Amino acid sequence: MSRRASQDVTITLVVSAFLIWFLPLMISTYTLTVLVIYGMLGLSLGLIWGFGGILCFGQAAFFGLGAYTYAITAINIGESTLPMILAVLVPAVFAALLGAMMFYGRLTDVYLGVITLVVTLILFKFMNSTAGPQYAIGNARLGGFNGIPGFQTLNVPGDPSAYIWGDTYFYVCALALVIVFLLVTWLLRSSFGRIAVGIRENEVRMGLMGYNVAARKTMLFAIGAAIAGLAGALFANWGEIVTPNLFSLGQSAEIIIWCIVGGLGTRFGPIVGAAGLAYLKFMLGQQSMIDNTLIMGLILVLFVLFLPRGLVPAIETLLNSIIGHKKRKPKPHRMRRARHG
Amino acid sequence: MDLSFVIFVEVLYGVASLVLISAGLAVVFGMMKVINLAHGEFMMMGGYATITAVGYGVNVFVAMLIIAPLVVGLIGLVVERLVIRHLYGRLIDTMLATWGLSLVFIGLATMIFGNTTTGISTPIPGFAFGGYQVNGYNFFIIIVSILLVITMYAILRGTRAGLIARGTMQHSDMASALGYSSDRIYMMTFFCGSALSGLAGAVLAPLVGLVPTSGGAYIAKAFITVIAGGPSLIAGLVSSATSFGLVSQFFTFTISPVIGEVALLIAAVILLRTMPKGITGRFFKGKL
Repeated sequence: MSRRASQDVTITLVVSAFLIWFLPLMISTYTLTVLVIYGMLGLSLGLIWGFGGILCFGQAAFFGLGAYTYAITAINIGESTLPMILAVLVPAVFAALLGAMMFYGRLTDVYLGVITLVVTLILFKFMNSTAGPQYAIGNARLGGFNGIPGFQTLNVPGDPSAYIWGDTYFYVCALALVIVFLLVTWLLRSSFGRIAVGIRENEVRMGLMGYNVAARKTMLFAIGAAIAGLAGALFANWGEIVTPNLFSLGQSAEIIIWCIVGGLGTRFGPIVGAAGLAYLKFMLGQQSMIDNTLIMGLILVLFVLFLPRGLVPAIETLLNSIIGHKKRKPKPHRMRRARHG
Repeated sequence: MDLSFVIFVEVLYGVASLVLISAGLAVVFGMMKVINLAHGEFMMMGGYATITAVGYGVNVFVAMLIIAPLVVGLIGLVVERLVIRHLYGRLIDTMLATWGLSLVFIGLATMIFGNTTTGISTPIPGFAFGGYQVNGYNFFIIIVSILLVITMYAILRGTRAGLIARGTMQHSDMASALGYSSDRIYMMTFFCGSALSGLAGAVLAPLVGLVPTSGGAYIAKAFITVIAGGPSLIAGLVSSATSFGLVSQFFTFTISPVIGEVALLIAAVILLRTMPKGITGRFFKGKL
């Protein structure tokens, strides 16, 4: 087990180092940065949905909350270190409260979906209505649908004038993604992660075995929100503006599409799905013959119908069948989305 | 006195529009356990069907009450045969697939009608009541929703088709053992549900500026109302629409429309937390 863990880390490091070196040769780092950020956002939902079985329709809420937290505190403080930390903590605490409310109430699949969706909508509607000058936190005006521009962007800790931007910012984001990825790997290998998968497979059984299901689901939900919050803060730095659109239903939908297309129950899948689809969308944005939304929708429908497990697991199966049975056959991963109601 | 009448009408209108918005989804969800997230887009298409038909010189009421439901129902039929048929019993997958469909419809509408706001004027003029101007069209919406609920109840309760549909809803294998094709019943039910969505979209079209993305404004409300209603179709629909309508109109009048919307959403969260099986999961058990 420990050898496989070290192998895992080595492979991750080698592959990511190669990608970080190779990809900027193909795509501009400005675009790549946002792909990396979306990858992190995809990973956050991939963790709680793919491994925890919690289908959250409002992952965008935590993304937006992270971005807003960063922007508001950055304006008030004028330095970026504390805002970055807060942007992770605030969504996590918010998610822990929301999660505790839902999981201790034994809400499952559809009802969970509705509540997370509704919370996202509340934030969206509220943020859209905060245009007046009376809506301000410290020096930061919330600005309604225009959002908050002009905040302090990421700087070297302790030196507010040393901005991190351009190529350097891409490397910072990529490194953050690698670190988050390794942390997620570690979490899933720990007993916490394996119990989380157990809860996904059979909640009642895990409960009867004496695990506190509600507390564990709340924890996992909060961790997912923390990752989404970090992605939000990085996104705020990249875009240099935060708007209520971060909370929109479209954003939430996209995160779910990334996970489905990339493959649930894998760690790579959501990242690949997010970066791939975001890049596809970027390419499609450069033509006007076919509407962008149409293609995204078609992709989602086709994947649900024909490849419900997603790209990464499908490719894995394909590779395994080509290589044949020379290698020890990996244990079959049984992946199941939430039970039908 | 005048004010209280106006407020009464407004509250009634709030409830009625919620019923109207949610009826199609309630039929589809209540019977087939399919959460149709493209519901809002079905309504959007109902609106476009009306506006297009009116553009060709059709009487506006014919367009609203006949053409739009038929067009959207047929679109629903195609969707059911192509996509949803394969996903029965997989709740989450149908949700995702219909979400994808909603994006497809938004894209199609954008390509056909363009990303601009279109609309038609309300066919019923407003009138003054005491010192207040009342929107006459609100009465039309209230009457349509009342008729809708009564018709749905009558069909489900009183006709043979309704009986078969309800039987299939409870035990589809039993219904098919008795010789009814549950496949065909599902198809017809989805047609009816889509037609209801189309009707709702059409009736509400004169009140809103229609854009390809305007379905998004309805779906959350409809979704919440239907889920909070719980297992009984009509009792759930009416009871949850009433409670949400009251809450949202109360806060709309006392504070502001935005707070009204937010209050509706917060009420939904509290309601689902306290009654996870919906209102009719606790009260009115076994009613239709």
